[in-house]
Amino acid sequence: MYDIKALYEAESVEHAIRLLTEHPEAQIIAGGSDVLVQMREGKRAGKELVSIYGIDAMRGVSYEEDGAIRIGSLTSFSHITKDPIIQKHINVLGEAVDMVGGPQIRNIGTIGGNTCNGVTSADSASTLHAWDAIVELTGPGGVRRLPIHDFYIKAGIVDLRPGELQTAIIIPKNAYEGYKGHYIKYAMRNAMDIATTGCSVNVRLSADKTIMEDVRIAYGVAGPVPMRAPSAEIRAKGKPTAEEHIKAFAQAVLEDINPRDSWRASKAFRQHIAVVLAERALKESIRLAGGEVNE
Amino acid sequence: MSKQYKLVSCTINGKKVEKMVDVRASLTDMLRDDYRLTSVKKGCEVGECGACNVIIDGECFNSCIYLAVWAEGKEILTLEGLAGPNGEISDIQQAFIDEAAVQCGFCSPGFIMSAVEILEAKREFTDDEIRKLMSGHLCRCTGYENIFRAVKKTMLRRLGKEKEAEEV
Amino acid sequence: MYVGKKVTRVDAYDKVIGRTRYTDDLCDKSAYIAQVLHSTIAHGKVVAIDTSEAEKIPGVIKVFTCFDVKEKRYFPTAGHPWSTDPGHQDVADRLILTADVRFYGDDIAAVVAEDEVSAAQALRAIKVEYEEYPFVLDVQEAMKEGAPQIHENYPNNILKHTAIRKGNYEEAIKEPGLTKVEGWYETPTVQHCHIENFICYAEMEGDRITVVASTQIPHIVRRVVGQALGVNWGKIRIIKPYIGGGFGNKQDVLYEPLCAWLCMQLGGHLVKLDIPREDTFVSNRVRHSIRSHIISWVRPDGTYAARKLEAFSDQGAYASHGHSIVAKGTGAFPQLYPCENVEADAYTVFTNKSVAGAMRGYGIPQAMWAVECHTEDVAAKMGMDPIEFRRKNLMPVGFTDPFSKNELYDDTFNQCLDKAMEAIDYKRKFKEYQNQAGEIRRGVGVSVFWYNTAVWPISLETASCRMVLNQDGSLQVQLGETEIGQGADTAYTQMTADVLGVPLEDVHVISCQDTDVTPFGTGAYASRQTYTAGFAIRQTALLLRERILKYAHELTRMPPYNLDIVDGKIVRTTDGRELMTLGELSTEALYSLTNSQHLSAESTAQIKSNAYSFGCSIAEVEVDIPMCKVKLLDIVNVHDAGKLINPALAEAQVHGGMSMGIGFGLSERLLFDERTGRALNNNLLDYKLSTFMDHPRLKALFIENPEPTSAFGTKALGEPPACSVAPAIRNAVFQATGVGVNDAPVNPHNLFRRFKEEHII
Repeated sequence: MYDIKALYEAESVEHAIRLLTEHPEAQIIAGGSDVLVQMREGKRAGKELVSIYGIDAMRGVSYEEDGAIRIGSLTSFSHITKDPIIQKHINVLGEAVDMVGGPQIRNIGTIGGNTCNGVTSADSASTLHAWDAIVELTGPGGVRRLPIHDFYIKAGIVDLRPGELQTAIIIPKNAYEGYKGHYIKYAMRNAMDIATTGCSVNVRLSADKTIMEDVRIAYGVAGPVPMRAPSAEIRAKGKPTAEEHIKAFAQAVLEDINPRDSWRASKAFRQHIAVVLAERALKESIRLAGGEVNE
Repeated sequence: MSKQYKLVSCTINGKKVEKMVDVRASLTDMLRDDYRLTSVKKGCEVGECGACNVIIDGECFNSCIYLAVWAEGKEILTLEGLAGPNGEISDIQQAFIDEAAVQCGFCSPGFIMSAVEILEAKREFTDDEIRKLMSGHLCRCTGYENIFRAVKKTMLRRLGKEKEAEEV
Repeated sequence: MYVGKKVTRVDAYDKVIGRTRYTDDLCDKSAYIAQVLHSTIAHGKVVAIDTSEAEKIPGVIKVFTCFDVKEKRYFPTAGHPWSTDPGHQDVADRLILTADVRFYGDDIAAVVAEDEVSAAQALRAIKVEYEEYPFVLDVQEAMKEGAPQIHENYPNNILKHTAIRKGNYEEAIKEPGLTKVEGWYETPTVQHCHIENFICYAEMEGDRITVVASTQIPHIVRRVVGQALGVNWGKIRIIKPYIGGGFGNKQDVLYEPLCAWLCMQLGGHLVKLDIPREDTFVSNRVRHSIRSHIISWVRPDGTYAARKLEAFSDQGAYASHGHSIVAKGTGAFPQLYPCENVEADAYTVFTNKSVAGAMRGYGIPQAMWAVECHTEDVAAKMGMDPIEFRRKNLMPVGFTDPFSKNELYDDTFNQCLDKAMEAIDYKRKFKEYQNQAGEIRRGVGVSVFWYNTAVWPISLETASCRMVLNQDGSLQVQLGETEIGQGADTAYTQMTADVLGVPLEDVHVISCQDTDVTPFGTGAYASRQTYTAGFAIRQTALLLRERILKYAHELTRMPPYNLDIVDGKIVRTTDGRELMTLGELSTEALYSLTNSQHLSAESTAQIKSNAYSFGCSIAEVEVDIPMCKVKLLDIVNVHDAGKLINPALAEAQVHGGMSMGIGFGLSERLLFDERTGRALNNNLLDYKLSTFMDHPRLKALFIENPEPTSAFGTKALGEPPACSVAPAIRNAVFQATGVGVNDAPVNPHNLFRRFKEEHII
């Protein structure tokens, strides 16, 4: 039994906006795997909830007219993993969210919840950052879209205005076409865990598969919010797929990331792992893109 | 503050049911308290142990972090619903018995329901896939070994691979 | 014969259909819900508690604080048999609620409400004023002069210090040509993590109180509830239904006294106390973290000239099982690898942390971590093969412990090692994995373990059994020794059927213990039950058999010594003729108008013996050095637990112990905040219990040398599987990388630190 002050169930996006406007103190609950846990801890105890779990229109993956991939915010992790569009164009996202918790969590957890909670360890977030995802927010003033990087304000805080909810995550066509990527979740066990550090890399190779035309890398738990490593990206862009450039790329992430010491892991440890992950994830991305790494 | 209730109609173990439910209730609360389906166990109440796992519309969920009101219109299957009309148990339950996959038995209902979902896929999973599909449950008695055997053997038997099942 | 066969668990069917009732399933929904308020400081005094806001919350029945406990009746909690000798009694240092806070999580108040939400709201609304004292978390810091004093009468926080002296260590180390090998080894605080948290409920009937509890030790709980409440023990009834695991945590009296007390304060109303997972980690019991210092002096031929051990056992805030844990491990030290000159000192020390109690292995996993990591280090230093070095020094056949009179009757260690080596293809792999380079390397490692069965001669060993013959020839069997998931009821069923000569399905072991009706037995701990209950079962079944045959003599005129019971029938042994079924005899006996008898038997067996139970583990690992990760590729345990009563259940139990050992070796550790003493990872997400994906296939093998002191040739198996796994993994990592990690677990944090120190990353 949860300490819920009142529960309002939204039947549509418009209904949700109305409920959120009427009850400004209310917390949105999607799958609930974070909100209910926090409520039990006492952090959100006694709050009103607006449940959006029943809005089926916010589920599923589809193409937009311009070829962008649209992921409804309530799409569960397991449905993202199984989705043919995701598997075809951005399989790494399906793989990344297939590492969240365990199977039951992946059936209830939603990609919208995973990003709206603003936590740095979210398994979907680093991959969405690395693929230049766009967040769609719908509120009383209509729909607005912003890059996922701008959506994160600080740890646990995202740019969600009063009455607004996140309705979709969009991967533009130019952000996925021609790219292959790999995500490595570094955790203390192989299931039911949160990332100590997560690293998502993707690459677009030249036609002859020897040059890294573009490289994108993003981390979870390398700072207070998920983040890209621009210095590293610059270091690799336009370079041949050679060991020395990959190593230089991996070392360069230290110029960008800012992990902290905590009881979960030391800063030195996270920095060490971040470099190892960058190297391994880039190598695997190159392999997936049809290239090979030369000594 | 007055208490808030909602009528929840759903199908539980093949039977259409409805009851007024406290909106604060988890599905675990509803199944245990309102329907006395006590195979649904409480081990952590935050979705980490898997003891409260049930199948909702064909997929496994930790009922402890699932609001009871969300059950509206859903088909829910708990361990109590697995046995046939005359109490005959399913092959996976028999396999848990035969493989000594049950010890204290507290995690068993949750594990068996995940196994049911896996077996419903009617395909052969690799050992690593089975481990991953069962990884939403913690068990402190069995080291997972005999649970693995029970699931793999039942999967193979359902696929007509009796000989391979014997070698697990 | 059923003993030795893979008989199906008697409770398996109900457990797979979800019909088995555990404590919460049995509790009536009218119960009041109690929750405990825990201290948020590590050391100090509760000065005042303001409950006014909490009491106003709708649904709150009453709030009780430490100041409401008027009579300060200190009680012990350890699940030990009571001793009538005050010198051997457990330390009585707990109160139902306390104003003297000794760890972050101490029990200072309790709320009783109509439902869990009101109770939780009330807990958050209580305001506590503390007087804070300095606290100490490290076991050796706690021993220093000037350290915060946690209990009166225990200077330097030392609960107890014991010493073993054999030969003359100081003289022996002067022998020329000795190599000195020295190391510090430490094990983490870990928790049992049974999937059912501790739960109990209490209700009064007349002036008597009934507590239904998830416990391993119902008869001991009755005694302690009596001591804690100052109520005559006969007025207390403890019922133990099926439980969702215990592993030693429930071999302690946890919250049964508090629940009973709350019930009594509320006129006997039904009160349920269901401990949340987070509190299970902090405010139940944990495994003692033990820091060990070992010095070995080794001759060039690889024999020990002298050895020294100092072990510092972190007791946490209260005595619980106290010194007996580190004492057991220290007692193993001079025995496992006997040496003429030994000094061993064991200290149990209070700290301001969660209370340490019994946990599967009872000090031996910690001791084996120290001893077997060290043995590996010694073999390496001497340039000797790790297995040959062990074989050379291990306890020889015929070794007898003068204290327990335990004897090693068979060549168990070598037999187990041989079997384990074969199972894992050790020789080939060990050779192949020598001198590797590269980022990813493999290794194999071994560890043996020492264990003994039950608690004699340190404490009482007793078991009682009652058998009642039904009209149909079947029988009900009752024991105080409890089913906690290990399969005890099935083993008892097999034993009874064999001794009495009845079909298995005619034996009904009553699983539930109810202290009002269940014969006295102390319960599940010390891997004692199959061994000790075996004596009571054999003795009682023989007694019942004698009574049955005597009655058969009345009916048949055949002398009892020419009669036998075979498969539930009275058989004349001279010609093998079946004279009648046991059911016919029993019905006649019960309803006879001339000689009516209710055939039953009850007896108590006091056991004044004990038995060694040894074995080993071999692990194979792959170490990803840059990632600081260990992947366990293969692992085998081999046990000589004497004759197996049920090989399938024995194997299953070994798997579980191995799993616990894998967590202990690789991932589990309860962390405490240095600044506050608060537990940091007291949930199943942050505490890294191994999952389905963290295990390879587990191999459990046996050597069956029948134990001559045992009623059925069997001996300890419950705890031994958890004893040697962790050091075997550590030693495999050592072979792979050349780096020994002496602080368990061998997790990425410790590997990172050690790899940095050794400059391999």
